[in-house]
Amino acid sequence: MTRPVLAACAAVFLLLALVPLLESNYLIDLFNEIMIYALFALSLNVIIGYSGNVSFGHAAYFAIGGYTMAILLTTYEWSLLPAFAAAVAFSFAASAVVAYFCTRLTDIYFAMLTLAFSMLVWGVAFKWRSMTGGDDGFVGVDVPAFIAERVPFYYFSLVVIGAAVAVLWVICHSAFGRALLAVRENPIRAGFVGINTRLMRWWAFVVAGTFAGIAGSLFAMVHRGMYTESAFWPESATVLIMTLLGGMYSFFGPAIGAASLFLLERLTNEYTEYWPLVLGTILLAILMFLPEGLAGLAQAIRRQILRGR
Amino acid sequence: MDSIIQFVQQDLGNPGLAALLSNPSFAFIQLMNSFSQAMNLFIIAAGLSLIFGVLRVINFAHGAFYMFGAYIVYSVAQEWTGNFWLGVAAAGLGLAVMAVIIERGLFQYIYDKEHLMQLLLTFAVVLILSDVAKIIWGTDQYSVSYPAGMKGAVDLGVTFYPTYRLFLIVVGPAIAIGLWLFTERTRFGRLTRAATQDREMLSALGVNVPIIYTGVFILGSVLAGIGGGLAAPFNSPTPGMDATIIVDCFVIVIVGGLGSIWGSFIGAIIYGLVFNYGSVIVPNWQDVFPFLILLAVLLVRPWGLFGKPEGGNA
Repeated sequence: MTRPVLAACAAVFLLLALVPLLESNYLIDLFNEIMIYALFALSLNVIIGYSGNVSFGHAAYFAIGGYTMAILLTTYEWSLLPAFAAAVAFSFAASAVVAYFCTRLTDIYFAMLTLAFSMLVWGVAFKWRSMTGGDDGFVGVDVPAFIAERVPFYYFSLVVIGAAVAVLWVICHSAFGRALLAVRENPIRAGFVGINTRLMRWWAFVVAGTFAGIAGSLFAMVHRGMYTESAFWPESATVLIMTLLGGMYSFFGPAIGAASLFLLERLTNEYTEYWPLVLGTILLAILMFLPEGLAGLAQAIRRQILRGR
Repeated sequence: MDSIIQFVQQDLGNPGLAALLSNPSFAFIQLMNSFSQAMNLFIIAAGLSLIFGVLRVINFAHGAFYMFGAYIVYSVAQEWTGNFWLGVAAAGLGLAVMAVIIERGLFQYIYDKEHLMQLLLTFAVVLILSDVAKIIWGTDQYSVSYPAGMKGAVDLGVTFYPTYRLFLIVVGPAIAIGLWLFTERTRFGRLTRAATQDREMLSALGVNVPIIYTGVFILGSVLAGIGGGLAAPFNSPTPGMDATIIVDCFVIVIVGGLGSIWGSFIGAIIYGLVFNYGSVIVPNWQDVFPFLILLAVLLVRPWGLFGKPEGGNA
């Protein structure tokens, strides 16, 4: 990790750690949710930005992690660690199976297959009322007592997400991450130099699904519940927009995208109930004028300044 | 036969399947329900498939077009004129206008972009249109009455069956044949098929390709509008109907093969049969079965039953 990046990360982490000092419940919840969605978007970017495939069903693994956590903590009264481990294991297993099938395809068929699997997960969450609560949602998750309060939970999720992002960073910047980029840029040539492209894409999918599951399990705890909307396809589209808004060709871009989108949504809701309309318009503008997202815009501005000197 | 029914009823504990086996008219009604649902879905899915076949864009906004069709029928037929058919005509016309604006204003810029860009652009249109619909029609659930003369039921010998649903069963194949004649027998249809094969060559031969694209997009969107209009009497226009229908349409066009009209036709019938018999045999889980079929097809023949494999799908 280059020194400025490391310094910036430490600064962001510190600033986030200071949020509870503001003593605003609203802000603590807001930042907690932003962090969760930032992890969700970063995980999706392993598939999109690094392996070059578009997943249109990433919400499935978020939901699997969330529902597993909610059900194990509440219905089966497991303690935190085993439940968390199981949530990670479940989203790992689910994405491992789905990835096995999806990596057989590319392009539009890959996207459609991920969508189909996510709709299957949604269907199960919707219909398995006795387990998931169906369309009423799973309400009233028993969060362990030591993190039941708002501030302890915030620090818990800050530590978990910080660790998860660090691990993701290491994965993406390892030899594995470099090889993934090679697969994205030119799968045929990557195959010629001896990279097993399908296996690489499988791993990218599994890493992404597992970390989405971690984000989902935190989501279930912060909301004290889990709802079928989290598995429905527009949720997958929303996290895609976050990734795109931030910029999928940079590691931290999606996190910036998640934060921007969240803040924008809160801001818009102050003035109008038509947030989707605003979001759609923003999305159109990005697609037409900013295809590399905010991170791409920042880079372009930096290049302009350097050239001007 | 009786022993089989008894076995199903008592040992399998499946009253739905037993009823299907023991009561022919019940089984027949399920068959007719499958066909009428299938034909309505076919009209919408055929539009989606047609657009993909030529423009190579998977249009998520197709579901929103369907919803607009249903709302327009409500406004024109229910509130304004009282004539259902005028409402359906207005739905088709309204969607044609929307299609021109959306294709010329947005879609024409993304034909050579990546799939991700295309998917997200159509999703942006979904977001905008669903809110526009909320602004115009609010969040109420509206009911649209059946057209005059189609409110009752017809005696089919075996059983009585609702006239309007029977009408849908007739209209579906008629539209399928019409679309087939259009693509196979008319000059415009030939040009659309040529555009699917080689856009640049067609353009080099002096054909105005952008007009063909616009034309196909209008045709596909009008089908969504008419499909939504025809669905309005039994599927009350309400927010959120766009998100549900688009997934059904994806299942149908991918099972049948993207870009193939007869593929969508067969895909819709498979969907209808699985959904309706599934809801009797395994109640409550009927929504999940279509996705299982979709998965099976994507894994064995990703290009669908009637589609052709594309290059580059390793």
